[in-house]
Amino acid sequence: MDSEASPTAETARGLRLSVPHFIRRLPPERIISLALIVPSAIAVAVFVYGFIGWSALVSVSAWDSVTPDYSFVGLDNFKELFNNFRFQADIRNTVVFTLLFVTSCLLIGLFLAALLDRGIKGEGFFRSIYLFPMAVSFIVTGVAWRWLLAPRSGVNLLLDHAGLGALKQDWYTDPTVVHIMSDSRLGEALHDVGLGWLASSNFGIPLAMISVVIAATWQMSGFVMILYLAGLRAISQELTDAARVDGASEFQVLRHIALPLLRPVTLSAMIILGHVSLKIYDLVVAMTQRGPGFATDVPALFMVETTFQASHFARGAAISIVMLLSISVLVIPYLFWSLRREARV
Amino acid sequence: MRWKRILMSFSVLAAALLVVSLVAACGDGGAKKTPTPAGTPGTPGALSGKLEIFSWWTTGGEAAGLEALYKLYPDKCPGDVEIVNATVAGGAGSNARQVLTTRMLGGDPPGSFQVHMGHELTDTWVTTGNMEPLDALYEEEGWNDVFPKGVLDIVSYQGKPYSVPVNIHRANVLWYNKKVFEDNNLKPPTTFDEFFQVADTLKAAGITPLALGDNGIWASAQVMETVLLGTLGADGYNGLWTGDTDWAGPEVTKALETFKRMLSYVNSDHSSLTWDQANALVISGDAAMTIMGDWIEGDYKAKNFTDFGYVPTPGTKGIYDALSDTFGLPKGAPNPDAVMCWLRLVGSKEGQEAFNPLKGSICARADCDTSLFDAYLQSAIADWKTDTIVPSLAHGAAASQGWVADITDAITPFVTDLNVATFQSRLADACSEAKVCS
Amino acid sequence: MTLSPTRIAIYTLLFAFAALYLLPIYVLVVTGMKSFTEVGLDRMWNFPSGLRFDSFQEAFDSLSKNMGNSFRMVIPATIASCFVGSINGYILTKWKFPGSDIFFFFLLFGMFIPYQSILIPLVQTLQHIHLYGSLWGLVLTHIIYGIPITTLIFRNYYAGVPTELVEAAKIDGASIIGIYTRILFPLSLPGFVVVAIWQFTSIWNDFLFASTVTSNPNTQPVTVALNNLAGSYIVQWNVQMAGALIAALPTLLIYVFLGRFFMRGLTAGALRG
Repeated sequence: MDSEASPTAETARGLRLSVPHFIRRLPPERIISLALIVPSAIAVAVFVYGFIGWSALVSVSAWDSVTPDYSFVGLDNFKELFNNFRFQADIRNTVVFTLLFVTSCLLIGLFLAALLDRGIKGEGFFRSIYLFPMAVSFIVTGVAWRWLLAPRSGVNLLLDHAGLGALKQDWYTDPTVVHIMSDSRLGEALHDVGLGWLASSNFGIPLAMISVVIAATWQMSGFVMILYLAGLRAISQELTDAARVDGASEFQVLRHIALPLLRPVTLSAMIILGHVSLKIYDLVVAMTQRGPGFATDVPALFMVETTFQASHFARGAAISIVMLLSISVLVIPYLFWSLRREARV
Repeated sequence: MRWKRILMSFSVLAAALLVVSLVAACGDGGAKKTPTPAGTPGTPGALSGKLEIFSWWTTGGEAAGLEALYKLYPDKCPGDVEIVNATVAGGAGSNARQVLTTRMLGGDPPGSFQVHMGHELTDTWVTTGNMEPLDALYEEEGWNDVFPKGVLDIVSYQGKPYSVPVNIHRANVLWYNKKVFEDNNLKPPTTFDEFFQVADTLKAAGITPLALGDNGIWASAQVMETVLLGTLGADGYNGLWTGDTDWAGPEVTKALETFKRMLSYVNSDHSSLTWDQANALVISGDAAMTIMGDWIEGDYKAKNFTDFGYVPTPGTKGIYDALSDTFGLPKGAPNPDAVMCWLRLVGSKEGQEAFNPLKGSICARADCDTSLFDAYLQSAIADWKTDTIVPSLAHGAAASQGWVADITDAITPFVTDLNVATFQSRLADACSEAKVCS
Repeated sequence: MTLSPTRIAIYTLLFAFAALYLLPIYVLVVTGMKSFTEVGLDRMWNFPSGLRFDSFQEAFDSLSKNMGNSFRMVIPATIASCFVGSINGYILTKWKFPGSDIFFFFLLFGMFIPYQSILIPLVQTLQHIHLYGSLWGLVLTHIIYGIPITTLIFRNYYAGVPTELVEAAKIDGASIIGIYTRILFPLSLPGFVVVAIWQFTSIWNDFLFASTVTSNPNTQPVTVALNNLAGSYIVQWNVQMAGALIAALPTLLIYVFLGRFFMRGLTAGALRG
């Protein structure tokens, strides 16, 4: 037949030869399944990893004005950053905020879920109230809580009206950072073992941050509550009944049976809360800005100001990379653990 | 299954919302456009297309002033230009700067953008080659004779102007509640010594002497700049920005000590208040004085308060600490002809006379009709003609954005720990970082 | 039915917390009903002088067009997001390929990046594909950055669907698409509800992308318009708070009416460890 020599046959053979072997051997289903996942793969490759790569590139460059400058400077930007007094405050604030925010959300969420899991009349009503703060944006939350915790207003005024004026706080205007004083006994003891640097305000708790924690917890604890409620409902009734028959109190049932079974939920919640807290921005901008003496300053805020106001693009990119690395430290072990757990099941 | 019905109703709801919103969006299409009447087609020089003006003037007198300019545009610039009022509010321009930077880097400059005169424009956009020089325009319009020399110097780089100032605001004004002063037999202070005497009397009477709202940290920077101005004088202050005055020297130390002392007379919750919330304290009489730019007058008007007085901040009589909103021509701006006509409008007598009374500022031009302005602004105009003009730090005229950021970052811990030595050394470092000092 | 002391204690606690949770809403509503001169930090708890809805009217007039934009952007983005997540979750659980777990890991990691840091390349990339400045560019952005969380939710959800169902269908000769449409999709509704609610809320409330990707006030979503209501120098708090309530209304209503389906979706395994 002439078909072997015709142009179309030539092209067809060429095409067939150019298609890699392993794809040709796949059943059509396989090809479709990969084809379905490819768009997401490309999108994430470009919009996430491509951009992270760009950020990494800029973080080791000398880009310091609106004109891009990609000349390599090694880790200088990072060294300067960690010596910058504002960034040191940011790191401290992030650690404090994350610990306080995650802990209080978990505790309050669990507490409310435990309360609601008892056949309460009007459970739906209460659930809606605790959940709805999630519907509101962080900006709106920030504005509302800024008024509520303004020392001249809000909660302090209420306390005055209720005759509890002595309980008034400075809330987010309080510049105090609770830390080990270098001239205290503990401070001197640390100094003797060479850990004197721990006795500085860079390793303390800024009281103003507590106000931001309150606002953020208000927003997210309902979500944690829902997670725990779903988790509690999934625990088999027989298990808890058996325990109660054996004489366990409600609290013991919660502590020894429910909590261990809720561990996956706790971990999921910790990851979601953790990454929200490491990236926190809108709330701080709307509520306190940098705070007195940088008491509520966060890396994302520093990053935006230094990049877009002061045009220090390389420094801004360095801050992003540090944020990314700190999130990775939190997230990667969790992901490995959870994927490994699935593989074992 | 019930779930199926739920999904069905959800989809129906979603589709319905989509239809409703499409209808709403289409129906309301003309709301924010400012169409101009069509010129005769084929008229030589008739403008067309879109003109995008980017600013952070979203409400109140500022928005009204902008609208007034838009109304004048078709007369001055006949044609069929559609003005797009691109605004981003918040943080005295910080949100807008973020969006602007992203757009400029992305190669999408607006037609013209609001920017403070001086180093905010020069060091960010001019030295990096993003703006067109306007010397020809200034020649054509005769602006070299109509803008004061102080302003011409500030808007120029290497001898050429790069933006057109539409207004002038003054940063070194001390505002006070007249009744509070009368009740306590006080006269508005003109020197730092007088200020502290007045402050002590007020403190003893249980009134906050100085209201400060630095939730936006620039408010503290502005107070500091007036103290520097009052201590060093105009020449000494100007020298800070050229490297002639030593940031580490004793004069600056004296100024910082004065600033520190002033801070002890300030309301303790200043970091929770914006400047207008601090002003509310003056209006209510809880506080007596506040140091703020003259846009504060708009706030008094909006709150129907007339019993306020004003003097230059201590030690700064005869000095006008100026800031200005200006517009320029970015390189690669779409529809440059329409933009140039906009610039002509912005720098014209009619334009400035329409804009400034509404905005609450004075003309940058020296020849505006003073009868259009209220009492305070008329006194400001009189001062503008005779005072020494210096550029404001907090509002982008005196120093580059990076330098201002370093200074405000140094002010933040100082307001709390009041450690002058650390503060001064950080300020000196900031000058070196800005490559002005060695 | 007599209430035991424990029950009373529980209800007291629940009501106390409910009051705390409603406090900010009270602030927003009450301030929204005041006139500009009435608004003040020291008068925060005072009731407004009258049931005044001027601020709400003013806020609504300014925001209605942008609400329309938000709807036009959020609804396609949410629907597309749901389907992308669903397909991804389907493939990653029922059609695993060598490395699909690692692939999922890399996919998931994308949700942890700080979005401020990618604004500049995002704008430049959207410019290249001519989607910058339009609502569709914003839709695409949200779909892409929603891939991690939507895939996560659906993957967890489909992991609970027994593989035997799929195997049986394969033996019966069903195609990959067929299995999805006939078996998995009908079972997916709780997952869709969770993802739809989550995505609707986050996309509706997003400010960062909205203010950067769209620049024309005619096309901007309501979050940017709300911010502009506030003004740069003098903030009209009454209008801003009224506006905040109006802008939050769609998401609030969704949580009020669909909240229980959200819970049911979660119970069905959408976000378990």
